[in-house]
Amino acid sequence: MRADLKVIEPWISANTQVLDLGCGDGTLLAYLKEKKNVQGYGLENDADEITKCVVKGVNVIEHDLDEKGLGKFADQQFDTVIMTQALQAVRRPDEMIDEMLRLGKEGIVTFPNFGYWRCRYYLLCYGKMPMSKSLPHTWYNTPNIHLCTFKDFEILCRQKNIKILNRTVVDADFEQSRSAKMMPNLFAEFAVYRITRN
Amino acid sequence: MPNSPENNIKDKLSAMTGSVGVIKPQTLHFDQPLKLVCGKVLRQYDLVYETYGELNKEHSNAILICHALSGDHHAAGYHSKSDPKPGWWDSCIGPGKPIDTHHFFVVSLNNLGGCGGSTGPTSINPDTGELYGPDFPIVTVKDWVESQARLADVLEICSWVAVVGGSLGGMQALAWSINHPNRVKHAVVIASTAKLSAQNIAFNEISRKAITSDPDFREGYFARENIIPAKGLMLARMIGHVTYLSDASMGEKFGRDKKSPDFNFNYGVEFEVESYLNYQGERFTKNFDANTYLLMTRALDYFDPAADFDGSLEAAIATAKCSYFVVSFSTDWRFSPERSEVLVEAMIKARKSVTYSEIDAPYGHDAFLIATPRYIDVFSAYMGRVAKEITHEG
Repeated sequence: MRADLKVIEPWISANTQVLDLGCGDGTLLAYLKEKKNVQGYGLENDADEITKCVVKGVNVIEHDLDEKGLGKFADQQFDTVIMTQALQAVRRPDEMIDEMLRLGKEGIVTFPNFGYWRCRYYLLCYGKMPMSKSLPHTWYNTPNIHLCTFKDFEILCRQKNIKILNRTVVDADFEQSRSAKMMPNLFAEFAVYRITRN
Repeated sequence: MPNSPENNIKDKLSAMTGSVGVIKPQTLHFDQPLKLVCGKVLRQYDLVYETYGELNKEHSNAILICHALSGDHHAAGYHSKSDPKPGWWDSCIGPGKPIDTHHFFVVSLNNLGGCGGSTGPTSINPDTGELYGPDFPIVTVKDWVESQARLADVLEICSWVAVVGGSLGGMQALAWSINHPNRVKHAVVIASTAKLSAQNIAFNEISRKAITSDPDFREGYFARENIIPAKGLMLARMIGHVTYLSDASMGEKFGRDKKSPDFNFNYGVEFEVESYLNYQGERFTKNFDANTYLLMTRALDYFDPAADFDGSLEAAIATAKCSYFVVSFSTDWRFSPERSEVLVEAMIKARKSVTYSEIDAPYGHDAFLIATPRYIDVFSAYMGRVAKEITHEG
């Protein structure tokens, strides 16, 4: 089982409506459907991932988020809007968060922490853009165009009057280590945030 | 004996060729009057259809194929061993193809008003003993669905595991899901739309004008004089054909290629694209009836299932109980991806199961007939899922 699913699952109520932005091969939606009878829709623009979703029986909608946005979807149409590991890859993460909370009562986002000590160490020692297992791309071909730290994200939420309902910080294997819990912005590699505007 | 070695070899062969083989069309006569949306009644009529694959014991593996403007019942396979061309959707129907005849029993009919053998303008009107011609009543997508439902009754198919169609055929699949929610489990709507745009209607009107203004049209009674409005029908087809292709596909196919190295400085055929359109148009006049062309374009114009629900497509789709698979093609400017997206949005609002794919293909509207790998992949994946859901309870 994918580690982030374990974190996300308790935050989704049974029989609710979920939208997964950038749903990949549909693992999360298939899991939520099976475990919680969630009616989910996934947006995805990669042809192979879409076919994998279709095989799994996941409702997948071919859609380029950056190009088409979410304007066509109605307000408060979903209970939860999820975006895993993609916020840093969209053109305007701030607008994306607004849109997520327009469509859904709650939002769940996961992203890599650029404040993780290894990133800081890499930049400090080598003077180059950090590369790691979670950030495997070079600066010129990375899809991650808006990397941020946990602190950055939380400041943005505060500015936007967005309430953080839950935050789970994890290491590279999505395990909740003690050091990550104590000093998340330094020792956690990923975070899963549950946010709302209500 | 389904498992004899001989049959196995046959199966393997057919799987390799991917063809349903030589097919014989069948005809069913219906005596129960059909009240049409226009108010008129068809007292009796024939429907011509073909089937591919085997109907299972539970009658739970049947798929209905709905044809588009110029299509007919001959969707797959060949009519004889010397038949040079297979049916119009042979790319997608057959063993190992997306609509896999190993799993499904496929029914494909010629719609009422057509000219492929089902009752239409080229049939004899039993009331007068003469050809219907222009007196054949205008039938709509809804009427087609009703006639298809009666065909299903005769074939003892309570519920289609899927109703599948492209373009005008997709409209029928959509109408099935709304008008007979308990009789369809999956509706596959390809390169289609919930209603025509003003531009679509405009193109249809130009096509109709081309036909009706041909002096040989004779108010539609041309057959009585043993003539056909060939020029008008040809022109209509040429206009239609341009809207089925894309600028890119025409550019790729013909570019500015010339018939001869030098210009002749006259108005004859100078470019390859002109020659192609003339050829397509001319061929069409030999196979298609002008009155049917008028009728089919009108059925397209009138289609608007939301109209019965105060203009709300969401409310129309809310009545459905099926899952939807919607497909569009990037270069289709007749029914563009945006038109499919409108459908998908309404389906999501109505909380229906829906899968949507926009296939990147250069072939314009015609792409739904062409086996591009991505299209075949995702279509096969969806139909594979449908096959898995086939119930085996009585």
